[in-house]
Amino acid sequence: MSDNEKKSEKKSGDKRHIIGAGVPRIDGPDKLSGRANYAADNLPSNLAYGYGVFSTVASGKISKLSVDEARKMPGVIDIFHHGHFPTLYHTPSSFADGNKVEETRLPFEDERVYYEGQFVALVVADTFENARAAARRVKVTYSTDKAVANLDQGVEANGTQAGSGNHDRGDAPSAFDGAATTIDATYRTPVETHNPMEMHASTAWWDNGDLTIFDASQGVVVARNALSKIFAMPPERITVHAPYIGSGFGGKLWTWPHAIATAAASRELGRPVQVVVPRQQMFTTVGHRPETRQRLRLATDANGKLVSLRHEAINTTSYTDQYVETCGSVTKSLYSCPNLTVSHETTQVNRGTPTSMRAPGAAPGLFALESAIDEMALAVGADPVQFRLDNYAERDESKDLDFSSNHIVEATKQGAERFGWADRIPDIGSMKEGREIVGYGMAACNWEALKMACDARVSIRADGTAFASCATQDIGTGTYTIVAQAVSDVTGIALDKITVKLGDSSYPDGPVSGGSWATATTLPAIAGAARKALSEMKGYATGSNGAFSGASGDDLEVADGGLRNADGKQVSFADILAAGRYGSADGEAHTDGADSKYSYRSFGAHFVEVRWDPGISHLRVARVVSAIDVGKVINETTARNQVEGAVVMGIGMGLFEATEYDERNARPVNNDYAEYVVPVHADQPDVDVILLDYPDLAFNEYGARGIGEIGITGLAAAVANAVHHATGKRIRELPITLDKLMDDVPRAKTA
Amino acid sequence: MRHFDYARAGSAQQAVAAHGSDREVSFLAGGTTLLDLVKLDVMQPHKIVDINGVALDKIERLDDGRLRIGAMVTNTALARDQRVVDDYAVLSQALLAGASTQLRNKATTGGNVMQRVRCPYFRDGVSDCNKREPGSGCAAIGGVNRSVHAVLGTSDDCIASHPSDMCVAMIAIGATVEVQGPEGAREIDFADFHLLPGDTPAREHALEPGELITHVILDAPLEGSRSAYLKLRDRQSYQFALASSAVIVQMDGNTIREARVAMGGVGTKPWRAPEVEAALKGRPASEKLFAEAAKLAFENAIAYAHNGYKIPLGQQAIVRNLSDLTAA
Repeated sequence: MSDNEKKSEKKSGDKRHIIGAGVPRIDGPDKLSGRANYAADNLPSNLAYGYGVFSTVASGKISKLSVDEARKMPGVIDIFHHGHFPTLYHTPSSFADGNKVEETRLPFEDERVYYEGQFVALVVADTFENARAAARRVKVTYSTDKAVANLDQGVEANGTQAGSGNHDRGDAPSAFDGAATTIDATYRTPVETHNPMEMHASTAWWDNGDLTIFDASQGVVVARNALSKIFAMPPERITVHAPYIGSGFGGKLWTWPHAIATAAASRELGRPVQVVVPRQQMFTTVGHRPETRQRLRLATDANGKLVSLRHEAINTTSYTDQYVETCGSVTKSLYSCPNLTVSHETTQVNRGTPTSMRAPGAAPGLFALESAIDEMALAVGADPVQFRLDNYAERDESKDLDFSSNHIVEATKQGAERFGWADRIPDIGSMKEGREIVGYGMAACNWEALKMACDARVSIRADGTAFASCATQDIGTGTYTIVAQAVSDVTGIALDKITVKLGDSSYPDGPVSGGSWATATTLPAIAGAARKALSEMKGYATGSNGAFSGASGDDLEVADGGLRNADGKQVSFADILAAGRYGSADGEAHTDGADSKYSYRSFGAHFVEVRWDPGISHLRVARVVSAIDVGKVINETTARNQVEGAVVMGIGMGLFEATEYDERNARPVNNDYAEYVVPVHADQPDVDVILLDYPDLAFNEYGARGIGEIGITGLAAAVANAVHHATGKRIRELPITLDKLMDDVPRAKTA
Repeated sequence: MRHFDYARAGSAQQAVAAHGSDREVSFLAGGTTLLDLVKLDVMQPHKIVDINGVALDKIERLDDGRLRIGAMVTNTALARDQRVVDDYAVLSQALLAGASTQLRNKATTGGNVMQRVRCPYFRDGVSDCNKREPGSGCAAIGGVNRSVHAVLGTSDDCIASHPSDMCVAMIAIGATVEVQGPEGAREIDFADFHLLPGDTPAREHALEPGELITHVILDAPLEGSRSAYLKLRDRQSYQFALASSAVIVQMDGNTIREARVAMGGVGTKPWRAPEVEAALKGRPASEKLFAEAAKLAFENAIAYAHNGYKIPLGQQAIVRNLSDLTAA
């Protein structure tokens, strides 16, 4: 019997309803009551506090660093800097080998400064306040070089470097030249900063040469492996903990300089050290989504079918590392087009190393692509929905593979129906309500479905409860809960009798919580481990002293926290274990990453209504309908929450978010929660999420593809397209702030 | 944060005595500006006099019809006070448009009058800033100046906009600031309290060293008037005004008998627009009139690299507010 057949059989049984149910988060009470311990909540005895000294120039060298005054400040224990720091080592930073970091330069490695807000010293003192006070007294002078402050300056100063993820098929230039209708437009997206509520934080201590570190991390195993390389010590002697993190959005995927510095300082001082990254440095030293410039050239034939598509992107990266924002990752396969080119290049600027931010590549990339598709539809006189339906790819033409499961046509049609797209009057500015002009826009969304290798352990214990562990993390998305659901699904044990432990690198190796792959990766391993535990349990039950002695395990089914035979005899797990004096029935499982039989992707469509009040230049998103095809939904509540949250984040991307740098010196200017504008509750529109819920059983036994990122892809384009419908203005540079929509804005007098 | 001395005062007199005339001493009320800036090392008082124990938390109606507000009355309490809601709707609305609930619960009337600018170059502790480091220059001119920088009342030395919503309403209403100082008590016209930056942007207000705001007295409400505050910004809450207007109108049928107009977000101080008021006075209300009048407020406006949009946006804030207030 294949897994798929097993699965369909499972679905018929009552007890299987736990998969898909919108059960509340099992970690909710801990979070609400304050029992959930985040990285900076760990206060071991004799804890010392570190506070950074951060560079105030973006490019140059430290010419003098004086700690004399700071050293005399109350409570100061030590001050680390490039002239006083232990020798550490580079990690090869391999994704495949699981020791990746984003910023490969070690903290205090030399006197060079590559970006403003770089750690140039770490003051350690007896209290946080003393450390901060002393940090302000460390005197640093620099020999400053002219900073490269933005993408355009980077291209001019440094040119571009070839990136990765490129693709070429057919002959896009020739097809473009000979096409009936063409468009050629350039789109820009700014730096966006993750800004989770919880700032990056690390608490580290050493015990007989073993390192323990609580780090705000989306990947404890990779963090352990990277630290193993950096400290040149066996990974077995390092434990990374991240039981809870106050969200990450990709910013906490990899280990950043402060965590390395914290661990090193703790070793040097022989006592625990904690460092919390100040909010201002959340904009500098822990990654960001880079600035992009994307040129889109599209062409259609006389029937409105795409015949040529070029997506050429440049993104900013740091001087120390190349980070490629793969803006064209979706472009390769979303639409059918025989002649297609995707290229990625980078340019170096004086900013910290960028990193993945929710839907890396796809989020800025689909802003450009789905804006361009809208422009193309208008150019050929087609309805934007119909144009997409006419051009969606039926198979992945970039990989020459079928999609495992693709319901984008249904998602688009259902979304359009629910939204009321048919009521849209295409003429610009033609839909009015009171003082407001109503605009309707839509865009496709898309994300690759990924699955990594994973180990997991499940035990059914003497008291009838279950325990599951895996060194993945719950980054606020609901992983604890869906793991419990999977254990319950296999064992029949009720959720309130299941303990789930994640976020500890000593547990069986689990995946980084990123790429929307945690669900698809973790659940099959958990289920496999649970089945093995159940099998051991059945072995006990059918053994010589067992309650079902002599029976075959296949004849027993799980029921209400125990096993039951065909005659209705039922014995609890606790009794089965007690009868044999067994402490537990245990199982471990390993599952592999995704195969390459199919192209595995998730699909969907966003429909957005904007309201533009020209009398006060006020733009708002009034309504969003998102129809999402992510395979099987494991938990209706947390899944819907992921899409709703991503939609709100997408509204922020569309209307508000941009880290602004002073073009004279590369200094990030709006580096706090007041001036870096993200949506607040008052900006929240009505969001209607449709989850199609078609299991993708070729992908994994649950048919789940993951849901964390797809909701933000395409959303900003849908907003931009709706803005165009309302105002006639095609805004190709995010964010779409009110000043970009106003007419006759006075220009500054040039100095 | 640096170490500082801390004293607690039980009365205004005690507070003033504890303060002395030293400019490096700060009064602590709600702390929503002070503690923030001290932690950023932008303000470095060597002594803080906590005035949370002084009994300045009353709102009282004076015999002449004015409303006397204690300096320690919180923004929340003031916004919800029934006399304010009934007679000074513009003030209640302005207060509720500011900050967040938590901040309004802590922030005080006196503190709001004293709040510092949001210019990031002032707050970063590093950039050239004539407020923080007189003579160093103004990094905002020629820098990023879209959101919290002014187009009215700027100088070559400072272009930071005044951040308060409350003060915009107060300057429209008309008010008096009562202060207590080493030399005794005195009154300052609210319109004279905040200073233009000129070539001394570090000097932001008319207080002498050691003087403490004890009360703000609102002028008696304009008989039969209507008033409202309109705040325009990128997001709908928790952002300083890009442009705002406080408008009070007294109508006679469709004719504007009297109007008071002030603006926020666009000026280096809470900005009263008497030229707009004069243009409206005695004229029949119309969109055309409002637009013509609003334009007058910005005749001397200066656009910087990123904030030129505030010139039309500020006019829109006035026009829409007038339009809504004068609609039947």
